[in-house]
This record gives sequence, structure tokens and C-alpha cells, in this order.
Amino acid sequence: MKRKMKLTVNGEEHSLEIEPHRTLLSVLREELELKGAKEGCGQGYCGACTVLLEGQPICSCCLLAMDARGREIVTVEGLSVNGELHPLQQSFIEQGAIQCGYCTPGMLLSAKALLDENPSPSEEDIRSAISGNLCRCTGYVKIVKAIRAAAEI
Amino acid sequence: MEEFTVVGKRLPRVDAVVKATGEAMYAADMELPGMLHGKMLRSPHPHARILNIDTGRAERLQGVKAVVTAKDTLGYRYGDLILGKGDEPFLATEKVRFVGDEVAAVAAVDEDTAEEALQLIDVEYELLPAVFDPLEAMEEGAPLLHEHAANNIACKSTMRFGDVEAGFRRSDCVREDRFETQPVCHAFLEPHAALATYDSTGKITFWGSKQSPYFTYRNMPRALGLELSKVRIVQPFIGGGFGGKNEMFSLDFTAALLSMKTGKPVKIVYGQEEVLSAGRQRNPTIMDIKTGVGKDGTIMAIKCRIVANGGAYISIGRMTRYLMGSVLALPYRVPNLEYDGYRVYTNNQVCCAQRGHGVPQVRYAAESQLDMIARELDIDPLDIRLKNALQPGDNTVNGFRITSCGLTECLQKAGEIKKWREEWGELPPNKKRGIGFGAYGFVSGPRVAGHNTAGAMVKVHEDGAISVLTGATDSGQGSDSCLSQIAAEVLGLGLDKVRLVMPDSEVTPLDPGTFGSRVTFVSGNAVWIAADDARKQLAEVGAELLGAHPEELVFRNEQVFVRDDPEKNMPFTKLVKSACYSGTGRTIMGRGYFAPELEVPNYETGEGNMSATYSFGAQAAEVEVDTDTGKITVTRMKVLHDCGRAINPMHVEGQLEGSVCGGLGQALLEDKIKGKDTGQASNPSFMEYKLPSAVDMPDIESEAVETIDPVGPFGAKESGEGVQVSTVPAITNAVYDALGVMVKTLPVTPEKILKALEKENEE
Repeated sequence: MKRKMKLTVNGEEHSLEIEPHRTLLSVLREELELKGAKEGCGQGYCGACTVLLEGQPICSCCLLAMDARGREIVTVEGLSVNGELHPLQQSFIEQGAIQCGYCTPGMLLSAKALLDENPSPSEEDIRSAISGNLCRCTGYVKIVKAIRAAAEI
Repeated sequence: MEEFTVVGKRLPRVDAVVKATGEAMYAADMELPGMLHGKMLRSPHPHARILNIDTGRAERLQGVKAVVTAKDTLGYRYGDLILGKGDEPFLATEKVRFVGDEVAAVAAVDEDTAEEALQLIDVEYELLPAVFDPLEAMEEGAPLLHEHAANNIACKSTMRFGDVEAGFRRSDCVREDRFETQPVCHAFLEPHAALATYDSTGKITFWGSKQSPYFTYRNMPRALGLELSKVRIVQPFIGGGFGGKNEMFSLDFTAALLSMKTGKPVKIVYGQEEVLSAGRQRNPTIMDIKTGVGKDGTIMAIKCRIVANGGAYISIGRMTRYLMGSVLALPYRVPNLEYDGYRVYTNNQVCCAQRGHGVPQVRYAAESQLDMIARELDIDPLDIRLKNALQPGDNTVNGFRITSCGLTECLQKAGEIKKWREEWGELPPNKKRGIGFGAYGFVSGPRVAGHNTAGAMVKVHEDGAISVLTGATDSGQGSDSCLSQIAAEVLGLGLDKVRLVMPDSEVTPLDPGTFGSRVTFVSGNAVWIAADDARKQLAEVGAELLGAHPEELVFRNEQVFVRDDPEKNMPFTKLVKSACYSGTGRTIMGRGYFAPELEVPNYETGEGNMSATYSFGAQAAEVEVDTDTGKITVTRMKVLHDCGRAINPMHVEGQLEGSVCGGLGQALLEDKIKGKDTGQASNPSFMEYKLPSAVDMPDIESEAVETIDPVGPFGAKESGEGVQVSTVPAITNAVYDALGVMVKTLPVTPEKILKALEKENEE
């Protein structure tokens, strides 16, 4: 049975009718056509589905969309403003922190949550902040470097 | 003036922006109107005969549009890319051979309905005895997986070069050891996904997470009884491949078959649990290796027997068992070599290529044993490597011709880490540190089977930009950017002027596929030739306009000028406009193809030069071991890689760093734990299957050592795979250096360390 609900994503309010068992990830991807968040494992271990909920990084595959009602959600599509890339996006691009790109949206959002809370993180802080976001391509070296560079801007 | 304006520069990837914004579309992101969702029914048994499949109840479920089983297929079997004699039906026919083997599939209006329908398919099985251990599988009387393969031997190599026994007699130290490696998953974060749509003209259009779309292009028509050109494979962005997305898999065939049945687009996306428990993996091996070395450190002979547990089907196994033997001749001079390699069928998940393809296992054994020998002979581990390192101009016993080779320089630079010892100071009694080395050589653009030619086209747009079309796939490694940089350099353009067209079998030129570290070397040369062809076409027009000969024209910085009279010049864009828009305007389209001159090696005897060139490298690891807990921390690594020329040093570093991460996982963390009675992975999630995360990674210092290969485009060779080959032994040798004990099975877990220390104390 579908239920009516409202979700606020990237500052925009959406009225939806969805089954209550749907995850936030499936609603973002299938109802709102926001395909940036990816399903990697569907179990909350890889971080490819990371979005920000009230500024905190969460695995959207493990949260019911109903539980996100009334709370501010930010996805990778909400990072750039008026076509202007976010400094983290710019830094990931320039530092070579992106390879296959599948982890990138989640990685960017975990990094944003870190820098919003701690504008000058240590390398250890950075590694810890992204330890829930797996990446098989990069070895994380350039991702850590990109986050550090963005913090210095 | 700098030699190059684009090649050799640390430029951002051509696909970086759309990947950073989330706009990049992967197969699972795609949707078509009226699209149905497919799901696979998998075998719950490791080995069973299928007596009957009743799909009636599933078909009657509301929302189900089609159910397919083997009887809906033409019986095509895939796998075995070398001989083209596949043994793997895409829906099981008479038997299932491992837990997870695909048996049937459903297309329904949504995923939930498809899932529900799977429960309603009734399969009657007759259980058969199963075998999971490869040595048991080779014994007389073991359950047989395939009628054609006696003793479950899928294929065998017998390599004999020189006289190993004479070599051992001349040796001062001969060691025999058994090393074993574990099953490792590719762990691409993007699970397999396929979307297919069939239209009334009889044409299939397919989007899938394929790192070699041309494998699918060739297999799909045979499997479905279609004309080749009525199958169109379009490649979206790929979320990592590492060798695990080369072949065409069950979901790819099945999505197309279900679309043919229903007349609707059908999408199938595997869950990561399906990928980890039923997908491909790296070959677990049992390696008995014997090496003889003279007292001055000269390697005299190597004899090796490898049994690779290949799982239920052959896949690319003929290549794997060949590579495992032939690379024993790299990266050192080995005058006498003997190898017996077996790929064995068992009721386990199927093994295929994975970054380094068979070579990481072998180098783990050979490099680890070399350190044990060095210790017995009291030779420095670095010196024994330098003593035996292959040099430019060498021919190996099995026929590899070594052209460019920077191994010695790589080893010398890796040796600089010895100064790390001086930085250790006094350590607490429960902490031990060590450093270790590993070296390697790897193929760059090998010839695997018949067709090996890569094609390329460079279309020049009237605004002065170009489109580069190839059949090569960028599954994350950066080849799209590398090929774009090559084209831009040849035409004197900025990288921002290149529009890279991803493979589309209807448009892009034929390509064998993206494997064997071939794209930079083979496709890169094809792009070079195509761009040069476009340049020549433009130079003809330019020569007339500038009053010079075509060969006198230089294309650089988006200008075209006469070499000895640079005052005579014009902007590239103006030349293009003149060439295209004049009354008798031309279509400027460069065309190129390239294949290195190579014979297909003899996979049974091992003779032949498999690759036009070889990459080389060395790496060093520093570890800290906690002797109370057995925990190993890799603290620093130094990686030197001879990639010929770095077309983009930043991307080369990215490849090296990623390879180290994969190697570190295999060395210390990753292992598929198989159920004793099922062969099924009991840890099919990233919670229990441990990939390295950011906190597990050491500081990595990586550097490209340039040797400027005579054949590679701008001198370039591979950089995507070689490094992963000896990360494992660099780490295991560092642990050996720290503790004096060598753990001979992977992964090297804290439990194994504690056990080894305990044993040593007892002794």
C-alpha cells in the first residue's frame, strides 16, 4: 500500500506516494531520478550510496525513505551551485582522485560532512572520515590528497 | 621548447567532471519506457542433475511477463576464449555445477514481483556427489564435473626449457616449498548490470557493465541466433572491472533473451551478494616450487607445479595456466625452467582473469622463496634481484624478447628505502619491523588468440575539435584520457578539444577487448596512426594555403606552421574550416589500426613471444608486526614502475596506488571462506569479506621509470596490472624480514603469524 510523504532533497520539497518499505536510495534513484547515489552492496558496507541527512553521511540503502521525512537530504547532485562545481568536486578532478567514479558521489559527500564539521582535518581525520567508503581503484591516496587540498582552499 | 604539449602532462581525466557531478550513467542507472526487471534463479546445490523445471506457478503470478530456462535457449556455451569451445551454458542444461549456477530467469513489471516469481519455480534435482578440493578432484574416482574432462583436468601445460636437473646440480642452494593462495574477488563496486531491448526488425540493443564489450558483441549473436550486425552493444560508464567484466555472463544473454520473449526492454542487475557468492574470482592455487641458486646468487633453475582450482567452468583458464608458467621466466634470467600447470574443475565459483591474471600468485611464491634462499646464502635480497635482473636485449628461455627494460633502475631506486631502517629507533619488545622487496615483469599488449588488431578513427569537427573513436573500454583505469592525450598531441590540440566516443559496436571500430594491459600499447598506437592520418589530410590543404609541402607543416598549440618558416602559419580551426567548408570541401576522418607482430604462443608447451613488450618494476614494503596480537601494519611502500613513458604521470600513479591497494588486500585481508559441504562463499558481503579501506593503506611513494619503448605510442607501455603482481611478496618478504618466519599461505592473518611464532618458539 502506497503512502503519501514529503521529502526535501537538495533544498527542494517533493510530494511522493510510495510503499513504506522503500529505501531512501531507491526513492532517490527511481522516483526522483537522482542517479548519483549508487547501490554498491545494498547492505551499508561500501558507502557508494552515501548521502547527507541533516549534514551527516548515511548509507541511503539502509534507511527507509519514510524515516527521512522532514529532514534535509543532500545528494551529489546538490553539491554544485548554479553550475559552479563544489571545491571538493574541483579538487577530486584536479588531483586525479576519480577513476571508475562509482564510489565518487559517496566519497564526496563523506568528505563534505567532514570539512563542514572540521575545516582543517589531519590526514588521520580524513582517512577515518572516508573509511566507510570503499574504493577498489585508487588506493585512496589521491582521494585523501584531494580532500586535504580542498580543505586548504 | 618542450618536446610535447599534452603527452606527459598531469591533466585531469576526460570523464572526471561527469563522474564528480553524478551525471555519468552506468548500466544500472539506465531506464527505458516499458522496461521490465529480470531476476535469476540460482542453484542451491553444488552438483546436481536437473530432472524437471516447472515454471507454471511463476508464469501465472500477476506482473510476470516471461520465465525462461535452458529449453528456451539454443544451447550455446560460453567461456574458453582461446579455443572457442565454451563449457558454460547461460542457463543450466542437464546439470548444475556450483551453488549459484543460473537455472532460470524471470522478467516482471518490477523487481519485487520478479523476486517473488523465483520462489514459485519448482526445480526437481537429483543430488550428485560434489568435490571442492582440486587435489581430490584430480584423484581417480572423484566426482566428474564434465564428461569430457578426465580427472577433472580442464587443461594442462607442460613446459620444458633447458635442463633443470643439471641446473639444480650446479646450485649451492636448492629449496622446495609449497605456497598456497586464496580465492579473491574482483570487488568492483558496481555489480553486473545489463539492459537489452529487442525491436521488430530483429535487432538487439544492449547496454551492460562490460569491460570488453566486443566479447559480448561476438557471443550474443551466436547465443541468440542473430546476425552479428543485428546486435548493437553500447557501452555506458563502467564501475571497475579488474578482469571480472570481460566475459559475457548469464545476465547479459538472459536480459536479451527475455527482451526477445516479451518485446519489452529488460534490465537485470545483480546484487553484490550474487556477485560475491556466484560471480568470478581469482584462481586459488597450490604451488610447489623448487629453485636452485649458485652461491653468488645466480638463479640456475626453477621447477614448478601449480594446481589451480578453477571452479565449475573453464572461462579463460587456458590463458591462466599458461601465464602462471610462462611468467616464471620474468623478471629474472632463468636458464632452466620446468612447469606443470593444471586448471582443475571443482564445484566452486568460477575463476577468471583478475588484475595481474595468474601472475600475482606465482610471483608471491617465487619472490618469497627467493628471499628464503638469499638468507640461506647470506645474500642481500636486493642484491640477488639485481644480480639476476633481465636486461634490454635479453631473450628468455621460453622465447620472450625483452626490448625496453628498466628493472635494474627500478630495483636500485626501491633499494633507497633501506635508509628507513635508520629511522626506526628503539622499538617496544612486542613490535618488530621489516622491509621487503618484490619485482616483476608483465605483458603489455599480448596476443591472446587470432584477432589482435585495435582500430581507431579520428573525426575532425568543423570547429577544430576532434572525436576519437575506438573499441577500447575505460573501466576506470583512465584509458579514455590516455588515448585522448595521444590524439591531441599528434594534432597539436589541447585536451579540451577531444570528444572521446565510448564503444558502440554500430559505430566504433572493431577491437578484441580490454584485457592483458593492451589499451595504451595497442589501441594507443591505433589512435596515433588515425590522428596522424587526419593530420596528413589536413596538411595537404594547409600546404596549399601556406605555400609549402605537406610534410613541412607542424601542428602545435592549435596552430599550423611551416617548420623552417614559422611566420607562415594559420590557426588549426581556420585550416579545418577551409578544408571542410570550401566549395569542394572534404570530410576529414583519420583512420588507423595496429597490431604488434606476434605469434600466438603455444599454451601447452609455453613457447613463444607473447607480447611485443614487457613492463617491469620493483616495490618495497615496510611493515610493523605486533608479536602479541599478530597484527601486521604496512607502514610505507615505495613503488617503481617501468611504463615506457607516462602519457599522464598522475594517472600512472593512480594505477600504481590502486594496484598496491589490491595487492595489500590479497596479502593480508581478503579471503572467500568456502562452506565445507557446499563450496559456497560464506562471507559474501563487504562486511565479512575485507577490502582495504582508507585506514588500512600505507603511505605510498610511487614513481614511473621511463625507458621509452621503441614500439609503444610515444614510448609508452602498460601501467595497470604489473604492479599488483608483486605487492604481495614485497609485504610477505617484509614480514619475513621482521620475524624470520615465512607464512606460505595467503592471506597472512594475525592467527597465522601467532601460530608461526609459536612454532618457532617451540623449535
